[in-house]
Formats: sequence, C-alpha cells, structure tokens
Amino acid sequence: MADSSEGSSVPENSAPQGLSRRRLFGAVGAGAVLAGAGAVVGRVTADNGNSADHDDVVAFRGDHQAGISTPAQDRMHFVAFDVTTKSRDELIALLQTWTAMAERMTKGEEATEDGATGDGPYAPPSDTGEALDLAPSQLTLTIGFGPSLFDDRFGLADKKPAALLDLPHFRADNLDPNRSGGDIAIQACANDPQVAVHAIRNLARVAFGTASVKWSQLGFGRTSSTSTTQATPRNLFGFKDGTANIKAEDPEVLNEHVWVNAVDDQEWMAGGSFLVARRIRMLIEQWDRAVLKEQEAVIGRDKRSGAPLGGKDEFDELDLDSKVGHDFVIPADSHVRLASAQELGGIQILRRGYNFTEGSDGFGHLDAGLFFVAYCRNPVEQFVPMQQNLSRHDALNEYIQHVGSAVFACPGGLSSGSYWGSTLFT
Amino acid sequence: MRKSTLALMAAAALPFSLVACTEKSTASDGDVIVTATDDSCDISATTGTTGKTTFQVTNNGSKVTEFYVFAEGDRAMGEVENIGPGLQRQLIVTLPEAATYQLACKPGMVGTGIRQDFVVTGDSQAATDESGQLAEAADGYRRYIRSQIVALQDTTAQFVAAIQAGNIEQAKALFPIARTYYERIEPEAESFGELDPKLDLREADLEPGQVWTGFHRLEKDLWVTGIQPDTNAVADQLKVDIAYLADQVNAADYSIDPTKIAGDAQGLLDEISTSKISGEEDIFSHTDLWDFQANVDGSQAAIAALNPILQERNPELAQRISDRFADLDATLAQFRIGDGFVFYDTVTEAQRQELSRKIDALSAEVSQVQEVVAGQ
Repeated sequence: MADSSEGSSVPENSAPQGLSRRRLFGAVGAGAVLAGAGAVVGRVTADNGNSADHDDVVAFRGDHQAGISTPAQDRMHFVAFDVTTKSRDELIALLQTWTAMAERMTKGEEATEDGATGDGPYAPPSDTGEALDLAPSQLTLTIGFGPSLFDDRFGLADKKPAALLDLPHFRADNLDPNRSGGDIAIQACANDPQVAVHAIRNLARVAFGTASVKWSQLGFGRTSSTSTTQATPRNLFGFKDGTANIKAEDPEVLNEHVWVNAVDDQEWMAGGSFLVARRIRMLIEQWDRAVLKEQEAVIGRDKRSGAPLGGKDEFDELDLDSKVGHDFVIPADSHVRLASAQELGGIQILRRGYNFTEGSDGFGHLDAGLFFVAYCRNPVEQFVPMQQNLSRHDALNEYIQHVGSAVFACPGGLSSGSYWGSTLFT
Repeated sequence: MRKSTLALMAAAALPFSLVACTEKSTASDGDVIVTATDDSCDISATTGTTGKTTFQVTNNGSKVTEFYVFAEGDRAMGEVENIGPGLQRQLIVTLPEAATYQLACKPGMVGTGIRQDFVVTGDSQAATDESGQLAEAADGYRRYIRSQIVALQDTTAQFVAAIQAGNIEQAKALFPIARTYYERIEPEAESFGELDPKLDLREADLEPGQVWTGFHRLEKDLWVTGIQPDTNAVADQLKVDIAYLADQVNAADYSIDPTKIAGDAQGLLDEISTSKISGEEDIFSHTDLWDFQANVDGSQAAIAALNPILQERNPELAQRISDRFADLDATLAQFRIGDGFVFYDTVTEAQRQELSRKIDALSAEVSQVQEVVAGQ
C-alpha cells in the first residue's frame, strides 16, 4: 500500500494483500491515500451487520472525481444523456441540482432532504424511495461531457479538448447509434445494484425538460481490479480480467496515463480524465463451444490461475519472446499480447468495465458481454492505437462484437462549493 | 458564469422543486382503516365528516384488489387500483357534501365489489377559499367537460350515420374527430365505472369471451375486416354509451374536486406516454396524433381552469407549464396536414422520441400542480 507522499508503486508480482478495506482505509483521513475524492471514508453506522463494503462512504469531493481510481465496486449503472434545452443557464442549473443530489446520495442520504415522504401528500416525492434503509454501499457518481456538448449550443466550442473526438471506426465495429454517444454521461458504481439504479433514476427524473436519457447500461459484476487490495475478477469468458491494470496505489502511473495535466490542453480538465465506453457483445455460445486450449490461446493466459502462458503466477511478467518451435508461447494474435504495454510502446489505460447480460437476441442466444469502461489521459494517443491493434489482429474478435461506443471528458474533482462542470462553465 | 449563481446552491434557489415545503404526512387517528381480503372488506369507521378523509387500505387477500369511494350513481370520488396481496395503499378523498357514500373493495378487480355505506355529516365543504377561486376552477373545468360532451355526441352521431349509410370513407374521416372530444376528457369518463372500457377498449386489452364494443372495434371494422353483421349494432351502442356519459356530466350534482383537475391534467399526459407515443392506441387507423393532440388539449384546459390559482400561488410554475405546452404544441404542429394530422406510421422513431421527451418535460412540471392547488 503506497502512501501518496512516497509515490512508490507496488511491484507487479506482489499478490493482493487481502486486507479488509476497513483496515486499510478506516483509520486514515481522506487524502492520505487517494487524495480526497475516491478515498473510502470509514463510517460509523448503528446498524445491521452489513459488511464494510456496504457501510463505507466514498468521499464525493477531492482532487479527482470519485469512481475512477476508486477500488472498483461490484455494480454499475451507466447513463448517457442528450441535453434537450437550448439554455445555458438551465443546463448550469441542472448541473448544480445534480451535484447537490449526488453528494447527498453518495453519503447514503435521500436525494433531497426528507424527499421520499416529506413533500406532502399532493406532491410527487422528490426522492423515489427505493434506497431508503440501504447503506451507502460505496456509491460513486462520476460525470463526463461528450464531444457533442461542445457545439454552438452553450458557447463551449472553444473549451473542447482536442482529444475529445468521437472514436474512429474500428474494423468490424457494428455500432448501434441508440447505444452510442451522448452529451453528458454519469457513471454510478456501488456495491448494491439498487443503490446505483436509485441514483441514476433520481438524477434522470429531475432532468426532464433539460436533459433526456439517450442510453443506459447496467453492469452486474466488475471485470477489473483497480486496487492491489482486490482480487482480480473474471469476465464472462471465465478469464481473470485486469491483471495488468493500472492500480490506485500507483500515483505516478496514474499521473502519467490517467489524470489530465493542466498543461495538456484545456485548463478545466486539470485533474480529470477521458472516459471511453464500449459495449462489447460477447458471442458466448460460440466461445462456450471452444476447447480450453483454444480459449487459453486466444486470451494468452491460463484460465484457472490467470498466469500468462509460460508463467506460473497471475502477476508474472508476460514473456513475449519465448517460442515453442515456430510459435510464440503467448500467441502472436492473443489478446493479452496485443493489449500489452510492451506491444503498444508503453501505452496503459485504467480499465473499469462490468459484465452485463440483458435478455436475448431472438436467436436463442443471450445478449451478454462486457461493458468496457476505461479512463485515460488522452484517448487519441492511448485508446485509439490500442483498439486499432486489437481490432486488426486480436484472435478474440471471432467471439466479440463492439455494438456501442462513447467518449466523455470527465473534469477534475470538486473543491468545496463547486459543482459538476463549474470549471467548464466559468 | 456569474459568480452569483454559485451562491444559489441554497435550497430555495434550486429549480426542479427540490424543496420540501410541507410537513411530513403521517397517519393520524382520523384515518379510516380498510382491511380487504378475497371475500371481505372491513372498515374501521362507517361515518365521517365532510372534507378530506384518508383511507389506509391493506390487502390481506391473495388476489389483487381495488378500493373505491363512490358517490351516488357509482361516480368514483377516489380510487386505488392494483393493490397487490400484502400491500398497503393510502387514498385521500375530499367528500364535500353531507351524504351517504359507498366504500367498495373489488377483489380480483371484477364485478361491483363488496360495498358498505359511509355516512358523511357536517357542513358542505364545496371548495371555498376566500376568493372562491377553487370553486371557480371547478366550475370552469366542469363547463369544459360539458362542452366537449356536446361535441362528442354530435360528431359521434355523424360517425355512426356514415357507418350505417355504408359511407366508409366518410366514417374513416370522422373517426379521429369524434374521438378527439372523448380523448380530451377521458379521465372524467374513466371516473364513471365501466364506461371507459365500453367506449375505448383496445383489442389488445380484451379478455377471452369479452364482448368488444366501442371506438376501436369500429376502427378495426373500417380499416381491417370490413363491415360485420353486428357493426351497426355496435355503432348504435356507442351512441347509447356516450348518451349515458352525457347524462352523468350534465347531472345537477356533477362536481369536480379542484385537486382532481390537476390529477386529470397529469392523467391525460400519462395517457400519451403509455399508449399514444407507441402507436398502440389507434393501431389500425394510425390516427394516434389526433388523440395525442386531444389529450394535450384536455390537459391544457384543466390547467387553464386552475390558472388563476397557479398565477397567484406559483407564477413561475405557471409560466414553465405554459412554455412547455407551447413547445409541445409547436412540435405537434409540424405533423398537421389539412384539418388533421399525418398518420402515425409515417412518424419516425426519432420524431417519436422527440415527442416523448417533450411530454416528459411537461409532465414533470404538471406533476407539481396538485400540491399547489391543495394549498400544502
């Protein structure tokens, strides 16, 4: 566990510590570990034997927005909005309202003071009520602004970051416009799905007339660990995902690859990050018919241990040079090789994706997959070359299809009294 | 960005009605406790006083039930539908006059229900605030309802005559016009028991063995199946059922609670969201936009009746609602052609989404009206 004042990083081959989050975070103030927002603040509750994961509150304000380097929670509800008003003032008012509600809800409070039942019998309750009595569940709410917001509607054209561009078409993309893009995104992550859904629902309903839901996505299980305190979870292909991910305990790596620097481009993005979302349908029926050897060759890792092929332990370095006969031990078209920093000239991104399954496709298959979410300092220089490499060569492409795509600029953290986007609308 | 707006994070300056300006409502001693099962309907009191009465309804049965407060002639003064097993629901009803009302549970949501008298005494509470505004609002909205009924009877008579004369094209042209006057006041028609299903049931709503009458049955005959042996009889029945509706709203004692006017305004917008936007309402004729406009008109009329009160108590809300109606009307106007509208199957998905968003935006404002009218 690195302290931000030391800036040391955890060696790649160190196993997760297995400490409870309460022991790690409960005794320290916000800022000691993750510089404010995103830090888990121990909370004394007089209840019910919930685990610390449910009782803990993640600080809403700080140097960076919570929900990026915060240890990934178990559940997600992600929503993209179209702004429907033409009034800059109305948009600002909505962002201020959202901020007040979001800050309350992340503490486990109702979206408004006594809003579920205290507005009187003749008013629709201003909090929908389904999170009453539920713990804060480490709820984080993270906002981002899409490229389309920076047109001529709100006078933001000159505030648009150069790196905030719709992603180029990648080979075999099959994007649904109704699952792509959006003016504003809000990511809700929590350890209780009802807490995450309640947050998005209440933010969406208060936006009627100003912003309208364009698309949304539920995720039921994290597919990346973003902290050395977490075991690596598995995606729906059954493989550990995110072994080589950027971790919250590597502040230097975060500063280099995730957090936008004030000198990069737009000052309002200082301390922020770019969010890339891709809805990736997994053709799990085909995958499930593939033999184990094929599955492991496609991914490049051992299915049970997560060790790279040729290695012993999950966190062993990738051996990209060794061959057996003419073939690399880690195949040339394997996913882990093509996505590796070694292969991509040092590119790294912070992955924070979730599994999803939503009904079926009408052909007897589950509509399931990975809702890929990644944060990076510059998507044009990081995500785009990575995805170009994958879309051209990845053996996994036989089993996946990218059906949704969006990119958002997430501003830095909120200081006291500021609101979501206040640096942008100054 | 003006710094001053940053200081407006205080609740009073927040838009979107985030401010709770009322006291918490709690169950009180005066509440009537209703305990429903599959074959009983127990009430904790058989008498009450004029004014607001709160009913706490618990369903201890295994079937979904409904609870009604009926005035004479089975006019619903208030109702709670879809109370599932084990659920408790609250109903607040204003019983304005000293009279014998009937309380009814409807286990399984069928039949006339298990009924008991509820005798109300006390001074008449027909809305009287100092300015008489509430009474005026109720009178105004009632006048609107009655005027629509006159038009509904006239246009329906023409519609039926065209059908019975075999003039299919004329009947098709009259169908959405006659419906307009019904759709404008639909929540009021729904308050008269079984009338709305007779007049407005869609094929998708039919239960096995149920006789299908009303506008949509005739719609299918005109657009899909052709004239059937019983088409003329169904057309006659439509006139009879509408005449019954007219008798109800023209009765001397027909009155409307002011808070219910706001409820109607909201209900009409909800109608659009649930069945008009999707094109399910007029699935054979695709005349949904006539209904859509009529629902908007009715909602606007209800709000208009309340406007003096809104202007006095919350002029900002009144203005926002007015702006949203204007915006929605302008959007609908794009689809006008001649005296009517384009058919809904020509309205694209993107256009439907835009209409839906405008309805959501308007509904969010209209949902705040009841509280203003109730003076909470």
